[in-house]
This record gives sequence, structure tokens and C-alpha cells, in this order.
Amino acid sequence: MPVIKRVVLDVLKPHQPNVLEFATAIADRHGGCRITVTVTEIDEKTETTVITVESEDVPYAAIVETIRELGASVHSIDEVEVSSMAPADAR
Amino acid sequence: MIAQLRFLLQLTHGHRIARRYFVTNGFDGALTMLGLTTGFYAADHVATPVVISACLGGAIALTVSGLSSAYVSESAEREKELKELEQAVAADLQHTAHGQAARWVPILIAAVNGLAPLLIALFIMLPLWLSQAGIALPLTALESSMVLAFVALFLLGAFLGTVSGRFWLWSGLRTLLVAALTAAVILAFGA
Repeated sequence: MPVIKRVVLDVLKPHQPNVLEFATAIADRHGGCRITVTVTEIDEKTETTVITVESEDVPYAAIVETIRELGASVHSIDEVEVSSMAPADAR
Repeated sequence: MIAQLRFLLQLTHGHRIARRYFVTNGFDGALTMLGLTTGFYAADHVATPVVISACLGGAIALTVSGLSSAYVSESAEREKELKELEQAVAADLQHTAHGQAARWVPILIAAVNGLAPLLIALFIMLPLWLSQAGIALPLTALESSMVLAFVALFLLGAFLGTVSGRFWLWSGLRTLLVAALTAAVILAFGA
């Protein structure tokens, strides 16, 4: 069954929580995920960010839900890496 | 639950507002109690139950005032901020952390604003109740309460000094000076 290894999202978020708190909150709720947040544009009340989520099996729907709960919205999926080989089958 | 509340306070910088309200309304509570006890002390021979009733009435009024005024102003402020944020991100934020913060942070701040003067007033009134219960004190009940009011005001000043990074003793002495001036004016007019 294909699993998502990496996904890059274009996300518009309010200034608060800041990127550190934002990334920490996502990582805290989804153990085993590596989160990278890059701010690409800052406006008066919002900032545009690129969020990269990497994991053995990225829980995409849950990640998007967490992003929404934090007051941000996903604008687009910019990049994705999917593997059809589960880690157990690879050995 | 506590972690979530802490996150919401952090999100809105509500902890700073709560701290400011704690000191502001705590100061009001302590100074009001100092004013009442000094006034009764100047009037001389006022029965302790009368002093307790008056002080308790003042404390309850300050609490209700603190609760209601902070809730009304903070909830209006949070609603406004939430609407502005919703426009900025072009999304409904009612079911997000920001929406939760708009509902819960005013309640937390109102609780701090209301409870600060109440707790400080009860602390200052402690000798009055002890005296009423027949427990011997080194000073009279009113004098003891006045001393506790000075202590509370000094501690609030010292706390502010710690927060601002200034030397806590100077900050505490400054609020103590305000308390001393207040008591002096009351005694001058009440004598």
C-alpha cells in the first residue's frame, strides 16, 4: 500500500503561534514526524510558509486538521514523495 | 487541559495581560483595604464586626467589578481580533485555537482580575477574623490589618520589580511609599 514519505505544503498562517510554536505543536501531536517550516512572506497579520513533513508514513489528513486547528489554512500541496513499499516489505 | 490553557494564553499573550490585571486590581484591593482600615483606625472605637462587614463589602464589590469589567472588555477585544484574523486568512476560525482563545482567555483574565483583589483583601482582613475569634495578636486587629496591607503593597511592588527586571527592593519601597502617603492623608483628615 502506498505511503506518504514527504509532503511540502504552502500554508497561510497568523503570526501567532510563531513558527517555532507552530512546528512544535504539529510535531507534538504527530510523533515520528519531522517538521520544517520556512517563512516565505510576511504580511500585517499573516505569514506565508512552506511546511515540509517527513515521516515513515505521513498522516496527511491529520496533519492538515492540526494545521487548521492552529488557525492556518493549506493553500496547496507543492511537493509529495510517496512510496509503494512499506518499511516491513523492504527488508 | 492546563497545557491547552497555557497554549491559549501564549497564543494571545494573555499571560502578560493577566499579570498586568493581577497587579493593577490587586493594588486596588490592597489600597482600598488600607484606606478602610486606616479610616476605621482614625475614627477610633469601631466594633470589629462593623470593620469586617465594611471590608468584606468592599472586597466583594471590587471582585464583581474586576470580574465583569475584565470579561466585558476582554471578550469584545478578542472578538474584534478574531474577526480581523478571519478576514486576513479568509477562513472561519471559530473551531481553531484562535476561536477557543477568544472564548476562554477573557474568562481566565476576568478570573485573575476578580480574584486578585479578593485574595489580597482576605489576607489583609485575616487579623480582624483572628481577633473576632478571640486569638491574641501582638497589635490591635486594625493595626495588624494595616501592617498586612503595607506588606501586600510592598510584595506587589517587589513582584513588579522582578517582572520588569529592576531591583525588587526599590520597586517594593516605591509602592510602600504610595501606601504610606495614602495612610498619612487619611489619618490627617480623619484625626
